[in-house]
Amino acid sequence: MTRLEAKRRSWGDRFLDVRRATDDFLSGGGLLLLIVLFFVWAVIDRRDAVMIGIVEGSILALGAVGLTLVYGVLKFAHFAHGDSMMLSAYCAFLLLSGVVTGSRPGVDAEVLPITVSDLPAASSEIWKFSFGYGLLIAMALSALLTAGVLVLLDRLVYRRLRRRNSGIVIFSIASLGLAIAIRSLVLIVWGPTPRKYTTVVRQNIHLPFDTTILADQLFIIAAAITVTALAYVLLFRTKLGKAMRAVADNPELARISGIKTELVIVLTWALAGALVAVAGVLLALQAQLDPQLGFVLLLPLFAAAILGGVGNPQGAFFGGMIVGVVQAVVVTFDFLSPGYKFSVAFVILILILLIRPRGLFGAKL
Amino acid sequence: MSFLRPTLFRIPVKPASLVAPATVALVTALLILIPFERSNGDTSGVISFLVSFLTFVAIYAIFTLGLNVQWGYSGVFNFGVLGFFMLGAYTAAIVTKEPASGNFTDYIGGFGGDLDLLPWLSSDEWLPHLVGLAAAAGVAGLAALLLAVPTLRLRGDYLAIATIGVAEVLRRVVIEETWLVNGTRGLTGVPRPLGGLVDSSDYKYLLLAICGTFLVLIYLLIERAIRSPWGRVLMALREDEMATEASGKNVFAFKMQSFVMGAAIMGAGGAIYAYASSSLTPEVFTHFFATFLFWAMLILGGSGNNRGAIVGAYVLWGFWTITLQFQSYDLPDLVETRMPYIRELVLGTLIVAVLLVRPAGLLPQRRQVSVWVERQLKRRPPSPSGSSGADVELSSR
Repeated sequence: MTRLEAKRRSWGDRFLDVRRATDDFLSGGGLLLLIVLFFVWAVIDRRDAVMIGIVEGSILALGAVGLTLVYGVLKFAHFAHGDSMMLSAYCAFLLLSGVVTGSRPGVDAEVLPITVSDLPAASSEIWKFSFGYGLLIAMALSALLTAGVLVLLDRLVYRRLRRRNSGIVIFSIASLGLAIAIRSLVLIVWGPTPRKYTTVVRQNIHLPFDTTILADQLFIIAAAITVTALAYVLLFRTKLGKAMRAVADNPELARISGIKTELVIVLTWALAGALVAVAGVLLALQAQLDPQLGFVLLLPLFAAAILGGVGNPQGAFFGGMIVGVVQAVVVTFDFLSPGYKFSVAFVILILILLIRPRGLFGAKL
Repeated sequence: MSFLRPTLFRIPVKPASLVAPATVALVTALLILIPFERSNGDTSGVISFLVSFLTFVAIYAIFTLGLNVQWGYSGVFNFGVLGFFMLGAYTAAIVTKEPASGNFTDYIGGFGGDLDLLPWLSSDEWLPHLVGLAAAAGVAGLAALLLAVPTLRLRGDYLAIATIGVAEVLRRVVIEETWLVNGTRGLTGVPRPLGGLVDSSDYKYLLLAICGTFLVLIYLLIERAIRSPWGRVLMALREDEMATEASGKNVFAFKMQSFVMGAAIMGAGGAIYAYASSSLTPEVFTHFFATFLFWAMLILGGSGNNRGAIVGAYVLWGFWTITLQFQSYDLPDLVETRMPYIRELVLGTLIVAVLLVRPAGLLPQRRQVSVWVERQLKRRPPSPSGSSGADVELSSR
């Protein structure tokens, strides 16, 4: 409702303006305040749950950063994100062990002639971790592979839809179809039984303030923060990042300014693939590999991305942390069974959509 | 803003193609020939196989029709069919069953015995089921209403994520809250409608008739609603929300109505599923089976075409059943143990392939204007330049 005569705005309108501004502040600031209060209480009362939450949150954060990048640049909800995460984790598993399910379920077959574990001392444990440097190599290779797969899917599917000028929802339906295809591929190759990278006993580490944490979990947190920091540098300190943000902001304007939008889109998929691969491998370190997990993971991932503001990578990182911690703390309540973990993410999602649909930190890239 | 305007539905009217009849004919031929071959020419076995097959096609077609109301006609994006399916199925089950008794059963409700209100019409055979059906549709519609209030004003994909969430939460609630609907042990022995009236060996024909009747009723209801002014607003807002809003229509209210109507149809479908299968366990209700399958049926059949939705349900469930039949052949271990996943892979790639190659589906949407115009055209035969049937040209009017 634009008014032509700006000078003669009534007091009612001015009041509405002020109210809108304060509403915005109250909803965003109020929510943040609530979250901070919750965190303070949780740190005092349920420190162990908070630690688990931070570990799971950093995995979610990595996934959500990739998701929000795709959302920001390509403008559609990428429903294959959770299943790509599982695919990359299984790729790393294959690279590490060379194992797939044989002709009968429960019987494994080795298919790779040479695996990462065949490298000298690749699986001898570093420090107190349960893995050697082989896992890092497998993670890097899996990141390359996943990036390649996502770029390939873009060339095969999404680019054709883009050329036909399809609506965003068509992209989402296509990504749902791909999610199912990826999941069934994982099931065909590796079977439905959960798998682990190693069976080595994990070691605890004592941290200050009377908390203990597994060494692997410390690695998860450190790796997630490092990778997110790298992605941040790429997005905000390089020309490529600038181009990416320009395409996210206005694809047509970016194209006129001489930015190769198709190239930027390819690189966005590659970056999202690398992020999702690291997240997948870290998830497999924290829990076990389970093909059914991918689809359910979509809920906390989207909750994190929307909480942080769609297209906002820093927001997605903090969103992932918040969702992870809230999930982990809430399921320690007596009246909730642990099965409701991902339902908590859903409640967060609905709350944020009700109160502040553009997210805590605003939608921008 | 080009990406905001979906182009899927702006398909030029093409002459009827042979793809749809050919696909249907192929599926039908396989559905008759394979059981015929497997049972060594036992015709009665083939017939009972086809009857149960068609019963489930009718039930799944109801869900696909409900999805068509939401996505096909109004562009409302529901990835949580599972949620409304479960709500409908469990509501109908606890309304029609007797109260819980015994050591390992625990569920709320159980009004079956109280609903025998018209004993002289042997109402215990059908009245609880009708009440259950209405309750299922009502509960599913109410859930849709509650979900739509915060999400329907936002971008379409937010609603999709929220519906996935509702479906997942409901699935968890059914599994975790054992007092509610008996948890993973599931509900068995849901009474069958009109079950006491015919011999149990002939009951499958009656069941097919019941499911078919409901499918036809729901089909006619949607067809009528879509050809009304209400339906025209839905299709208009699917094509261009802003233009519809600019012509003074309350877009939110119309989207809400179509979302709730679609969800209520899914709830009713869930009720009929509960009556037909007579036992419900949470393992059945996976996201794949209860959401994705219906999407694949609708996309394959043709979004925005009710007949397409039914044809899609027929073809896909036919594919599903045929691959189940394949399993009885001597396949190599490598394939046999992976059959369910191969089937999923085919469906996942199929949906992508349909979107890429034939986005309109087997039966593309027809141009529907209104009952009134069609009636007028029937009375006065169209001019030789006009097209036939429902592909009405409006330009001369």
